[in-house]
Amino acid sequence: MDVFTALDFQASKRMCPPARTPTEQEAHGRRDRPITDHDAHEINRVEELSYDLKIQDVMTADLRTATPEMPLSNVLDILRINRISGLPVVENGYLAGILSIEDIIRAMEKNDLSVPTRNYMTRDVVTVASYESIVKAMRTFTEKGLGRLPVVDENRKLVGMITKGDITRGILVALQRDYKEEEVRRYRASHLFEDIISERTTLVLRYTIQAGDFTQGGKASSHIKRALIRLGADPQITRRCCISVYEAEMNLIIHATNGGILKLEVEPHRITMSTTDEGPGIPDTEIVFQPGYSTATEQVREMGFGAGMGLVNMKRCVDQIELNSTVGKGTKLVMRMFIPNQTFGGRREGQDDEPSTDH
Amino acid sequence: MNLKDVVKLAEGTPLNPEVDMNVKIRGACGADLMSDVLASSQPKAVLLTGLTNPQVVRTAQIAEFRAIIFVRGKQPQAETLVIATQEKMPLITSPFGMFELCGRLHSAGLPSFETNVPSS
Repeated sequence: MDVFTALDFQASKRMCPPARTPTEQEAHGRRDRPITDHDAHEINRVEELSYDLKIQDVMTADLRTATPEMPLSNVLDILRINRISGLPVVENGYLAGILSIEDIIRAMEKNDLSVPTRNYMTRDVVTVASYESIVKAMRTFTEKGLGRLPVVDENRKLVGMITKGDITRGILVALQRDYKEEEVRRYRASHLFEDIISERTTLVLRYTIQAGDFTQGGKASSHIKRALIRLGADPQITRRCCISVYEAEMNLIIHATNGGILKLEVEPHRITMSTTDEGPGIPDTEIVFQPGYSTATEQVREMGFGAGMGLVNMKRCVDQIELNSTVGKGTKLVMRMFIPNQTFGGRREGQDDEPSTDH
Repeated sequence: MNLKDVVKLAEGTPLNPEVDMNVKIRGACGADLMSDVLASSQPKAVLLTGLTNPQVVRTAQIAEFRAIIFVRGKQPQAETLVIATQEKMPLITSPFGMFELCGRLHSAGLPSFETNVPSS
């Protein structure tokens, strides 16, 4: 089983009632059904944590243990009282073996419960190290078909036990901690339009774009993208806005004599994107919409721009586009995107996923 | 397939630290024209390109690509690597040329995410 399947399995566990863990077969079965974008999104978060979290962060350190000399009847009492199905056997702090309920059953069949644990324990024990990522434990669980693993430190001393349940709990706690802050921010931003009452609320984002500044090119568009996501805009609308705004931003850098201003006006029902510059101006505002028409220099083309597809792309992405220009004075480009059902602020968990393209 | 599979097929070398090799890759787009890249309308793809300037990263980010692979063993400009690391965009360099790399990934089952020019 590869890591991803293990992670997939882990994610599926989170969505199931926590009391029961899926079998390996179920985990495999789940992989065959189409994974929705929502699932994929969840897996990625869990996946990250599977590498970040260490085994010592999630393991149980408060252990019940047996000694090799302890009679099996005593061990059976410990298992029964604590409602557990196995115990590590420890000698001088080091792991000597493990005793499971199956070992006790074997002894019971021979009516042999008075003998020391040593006689029935499994000596060759699979362990994991406390400083390893939990993904290592997940891999070991699935590879070896085990339900619990003893955890040893760098000196091979026993420091804890880890179960699949510990991993689930650890990931849930970490998810809660990690996303609380971002959730609060998103919540505040996405309710902006509901919380502020006015006849017409508009959020204006303004960026000054320098002519010829290719290194910073696209930075404003990146900021706009983050802002729209945080405001709770539909992912597809965000994507279309950002592609258009990025082309427009690059046009200011490439063509405008003194650069220009990139402005985004967000209203609950529409997003207006505009650029204004002070020249040189476009003599023919129709021909620039023809695919392939370009006045870009060779230097700009070498950078991968100036293919004459910018305005074509913008037109394809937005609902409305207006280009007004006067040679010697300047150009104003206005693009509008209408938001169906005023999707701002109505954001719920999982809405930031891209619409499914996977079939 | 995931990024790890793509990198293996490309015999690629990841260039920025902390690349998540398990992200799913749904398709690919091979282009040296940034507008062509932006016209590739589906997210979660890998971009194969010969351009190595910082705009490649911005473009890939805006168009929601999941990784950039430079063809013919090209190394990105230092600024490109800085922005890519900031923006968590994996950069990979592959010894294959554009033609061969496209062929390798496509025949391994990775679909093309390139779209036709709209008729005007």
